[in-house]
Amino acid sequence: MRRYSFSRKQLAIPYAVYLLCFVVAPLFVLMFYAFTNAAGQFTFKNLTMFFTDPNTLGTLFYSLGIAFVTTLCCLLLAYPTAYILAHSQLKNKSVMLMVFIMPMWINFSLRITALKEILSLLEGNLAYHPFLNAIIGMTYDFLPFMILPIYNTIVKLDPSLAEASRDLGANEFQSFLKITLPLSLPGIISGVAMVFLPAMTNYVVLDMLYNSTYIMGSLIGSYFAAYNWHGGSMIALILLAIICIFTIFTNGFGSQDENRGGVLL
Amino acid sequence: MMKKTIKTIIIALVLTFIYAPILILAVYSLTNATQIGAIRAFSFHNYVTLFTTEELIHMILGTILLALVSALLSTILGTLGAVGAFYSGRRTSTFINTTNQIPVVNADVVTGFSICILLVIVLGINKETYLPLVIGHVTLCAPFVYLSVIPKLKQLDPRIYEAALDLGATPFVALTKIVIPQISQGIVSGFALAITLSLDDYFIATYTKPSTFDTISTYVVNATKGAQTKIKTALWALSTVIFLIVVLIVIISNYRTSYKNRSKGEERYYEKGI
Repeated sequence: MRRYSFSRKQLAIPYAVYLLCFVVAPLFVLMFYAFTNAAGQFTFKNLTMFFTDPNTLGTLFYSLGIAFVTTLCCLLLAYPTAYILAHSQLKNKSVMLMVFIMPMWINFSLRITALKEILSLLEGNLAYHPFLNAIIGMTYDFLPFMILPIYNTIVKLDPSLAEASRDLGANEFQSFLKITLPLSLPGIISGVAMVFLPAMTNYVVLDMLYNSTYIMGSLIGSYFAAYNWHGGSMIALILLAIICIFTIFTNGFGSQDENRGGVLL
Repeated sequence: MMKKTIKTIIIALVLTFIYAPILILAVYSLTNATQIGAIRAFSFHNYVTLFTTEELIHMILGTILLALVSALLSTILGTLGAVGAFYSGRRTSTFINTTNQIPVVNADVVTGFSICILLVIVLGINKETYLPLVIGHVTLCAPFVYLSVIPKLKQLDPRIYEAALDLGATPFVALTKIVIPQISQGIVSGFALAITLSLDDYFIATYTKPSTFDTISTYVVNATKGAQTKIKTALWALSTVIFLIVVLIVIISNYRTSYKNRSKGEERYYEKGI
């Protein structure tokens, strides 16, 4: 009889089993539910209903719109900030970065509550500007996730490249446009991935700011509240497909491993 | 490239956008105002409400306990998974790497909903057992622990482990005495990351939590829909307290790393995990 021998490979077993049970299996269940009806019969009805109902299609385009504008706002605010921080002469840049990232660790619902109070003071009634409020809320919520990857990319750039372009006759703007901006593209892409997808699904921000229009996430929430697991599964599956396409598209440019809360020491 | 004044203005604007709501709320949490804008008298009553209302205390302690339990489980699972996958054959490690990525890129709504469907609807596990909630949070957090441990394993010098074996250590002893201490920094940051993810989560909790249990996120979201002024302003106090705790943690950890850095030399400047 062979004695039991320990090897490091075996340590992977619990996690592999866990992933199979609670990551892979739920996705298969989701697929099963999405393509069956309440009686358990196979059907495409959930899928065709989504793509023929003007309401759900409207929701899809509204969430794409919200996500697009939010991402753009985050980018316009985050890029200059990250650029200035990365190029500042300060001795302790990381501390400065920390100041911009810190809100990430305060519970998002409390931050949105704070924002809501300010916005109601400024606007009087939040219901007058639902789209604007949704954009402000999402930008407020996701801004750190855009600053962080862009800063990380810019700060690692070799300054001699920009210097070389200056020596070769480019002015400051040209050198930024042709050297710094293209080289910081991986940071921008992973920032976009960090912001775009949550902006399509985080319906709580809209709820809290009294924007009652549905986005993709709210659809799942409403099916869940109505005990319609089949309809909800189909929405989840469609979201998953969007996420897959998005991830395949962005993965070519760089990994986004270190971003979600990645400044931890 | 930009003039200095423009730089300062941009930085100031972004900082105002980020901090004005939190700070204004902090100021008003110290008054008896029920709405922002009307200056009233100074008062601690929000803080008194926060720390004496049983419902609020239960909710806060419950959230913290959930975060600790799920972070601990995720850290154990994720670390074991990372060490195992790193030393496994290509097929196993590719499987774990790929599957691990799913909850990372997936929307939390989808993760929470799919776990709810599997555990509650298909397997019929009662939500009141807290099992779906804990599993949901571990599924959210463990992949991030895995991702923070793997880079540390890549930095390891494999010869040290082999040397330990040559000197007579069993594989288990070599693992606990050589490998684990060297990746401890990754484990600790994975744990911290897991805590923050669990504390911040709303979606997984809504789909898997017992009906009587609330985390800070689900509680706050429900409280803003209702119009109970006393609770609403007590949450301003909660937001201020959490803000101060975060500031404190950031200051302490910065002080610690800058101290460590000074003793280890400047070349480690960029390796602090930033």
